[in-house]
Amino acid sequence: MITNTKLWLSALSLAFVHVAVVGAAFFAPYDPAEQHRDVPFAPPMRVHFADAEGKLHLRPYVCSWISQTQDVGPERYVEDCSRAASLRFLVRTQSASGSEWHLFGTDGPARMFFLGTDDYGRDQLSRLLYGGQVSLFAGLLATALSLGLGLLMGGIAGYFGSWLDDAIMRGAEVFMALPWIYLLFAVRAFLPLHDGPRQSFFLLVGVIGLTGWARPSRLVRGVILSAKERDFVRAARGFGASNAYILRRHLLPETSGVMLTQAVLLIPQCILAEVTLSFLGLGVGEPVSSWGNMLASLQKYYVLQSYWWMFLPGLALIPVFLLYNALADSLLRHFKTTRSHDGTQLMGRQKPQEAL
Amino acid sequence: MMRFLANRLARTAFTLLGVSVLAFILIDLAPGEYFQDMRLNPQISRETVAALRVEYGLDQALPLKYARWLRSVSRGELGYSFAYNCPVWPLLETRIANTLILTITALVCSWLIAIPLGVWMASRAGRWEDRVSGLGNTFLLGTPDILIALGLLAFALRVTWLPTGGMHAPLADGNLNDLALHLILPVLALVAGMLPILVRHVRSAMLDVLRAPFIAAARGHGVPRGRLLFGHALPAAANPLISLFGLSVGVLLSGSLLIEVVMGWPGVGPLLLQAILERDPHIVVAAVLFSTLFLTSGSVLADIFLYVADPRIRVES
Repeated sequence: MITNTKLWLSALSLAFVHVAVVGAAFFAPYDPAEQHRDVPFAPPMRVHFADAEGKLHLRPYVCSWISQTQDVGPERYVEDCSRAASLRFLVRTQSASGSEWHLFGTDGPARMFFLGTDDYGRDQLSRLLYGGQVSLFAGLLATALSLGLGLLMGGIAGYFGSWLDDAIMRGAEVFMALPWIYLLFAVRAFLPLHDGPRQSFFLLVGVIGLTGWARPSRLVRGVILSAKERDFVRAARGFGASNAYILRRHLLPETSGVMLTQAVLLIPQCILAEVTLSFLGLGVGEPVSSWGNMLASLQKYYVLQSYWWMFLPGLALIPVFLLYNALADSLLRHFKTTRSHDGTQLMGRQKPQEAL
Repeated sequence: MMRFLANRLARTAFTLLGVSVLAFILIDLAPGEYFQDMRLNPQISRETVAALRVEYGLDQALPLKYARWLRSVSRGELGYSFAYNCPVWPLLETRIANTLILTITALVCSWLIAIPLGVWMASRAGRWEDRVSGLGNTFLLGTPDILIALGLLAFALRVTWLPTGGMHAPLADGNLNDLALHLILPVLALVAGMLPILVRHVRSAMLDVLRAPFIAAARGHGVPRGRLLFGHALPAAANPLISLFGLSVGVLLSGSLLIEVVMGWPGVGPLLLQAILERDPHIVVAAVLFSTLFLTSGSVLADIFLYVADPRIRVES
């Protein structure tokens, strides 16, 4: 059992982030595509606990944004607290698809944009939460695909050896000889450009997953190569166990340590890949939000100059990456200190002596 | 040494061939091509499009297309761009030069900063200086390149004296001061992305060496601190770092593609992105081959350095 505070803490925080993203429909105040055309690029709003006269309010409230935009120059807003609205927890709203529960809601004329709005007046907080579904889960699914491929290829190469091993490892070398963004671009280049959001999401997962299999497959191969000479594997073979049985029962479980650490190392890379591709317009497109295509509006200089809250999707990546890095660090440390029972330093799980 | 180099060269050629074959298979499998959009245009007749396809050899079978491309490579043209209607190499030539200017500057800068910083952190291991810079390092490692580049651009827009994109001011082609000024932002962005990885490795390699008995002995003999760290410890810690050099080329090349697009640097990146959006396959293949070649030369260079630096490797081979 892994007992390490840092490890559990980072795993727990990551789980929290993912729950927030999965529950976007509940946590987000608005639909991600809902436009408030009267308030484009509204800044994040203040939550008031006391009014202008200094009187404390039991229920915090938000004020409306009134546009003061000139003909030229950036959007400007002032708060109009004569049109305020109290914040309420756990509200039920009516929408086209029936009634929904939301964590926050207002009951007045004012709308709440805690993280500001974008060029169409869409709520950034809602888009951030829904975008996390795309970005974080593209990372997770692509990693699963990479690792699955890596396990398959590495397992075959390591176990059967000879020309299969050579062929697969030369293939992996070709994949690793390319810088990763170039590789990503190369694979992306030959796939359809304009697709529905669902297709382009799975396309993206496929592209990212296909580019990441080389490194895990080499590591898996290494583990299998040294594990297949171990006594209990020879014994199993001696008793007439089939290849499939030996691989499944004895060899692949040995790779669980490598797989776990590789997963934690790969996930942030895959998330970054999704963000990069979507940022450059090669990933998931409008109106679906992802952290990458939300950042894309910063490619216009006037947005970059005037609206700092458009950086928020990028800033959201930092804690996610830090947590994954911390998790990877503590996992690596854990597996480094765990030696296999015959003394060879395998990056594998410690297994009790197999009794056959 | 010569045999080793020849071996590496053969392997590189094999890899390039593999990449190009793979790319051509992918192109063939891919739906859509350059002339697809033309078919939607009512002013262009079906026959014209068909004639164009024949002219550019798009109607041929895959092996024929590949053979045609190989012949064009042997003439030094690297294929033909449909969008620009000219051979690929003249298009790519200046772009590659620009990318190399950016990448190599960033490579030199990041190593020049990383080595002293990493050595210093290792020599202060466990103290507050090491902790603070380690924390900064971790944060920089967790910050995506896109965000760093966009942040730097926003900063440049605010201070106004820094150029916010491109490679030259208008009418200032070939002015080195101007080029240096334009290099600042993209190089800063690249270095900020590369530095935390390098510093981490330099620090941990140095830490391993500093624990060795010969360092204690040297310290006991009164070797001054600077010479102890850079004269005795650093050469002993060099091997893993030299291998890292090859890897860092790839990371920087990837980073530079993104930063070129964000900061408008006229390198391979923007051309490649545009070629993907326009379905101009030969440019994509050529750009990808260039990146492979550059990355492999980085690792060959690292191997040569290793050969020069480590007598054990020289004796073995």
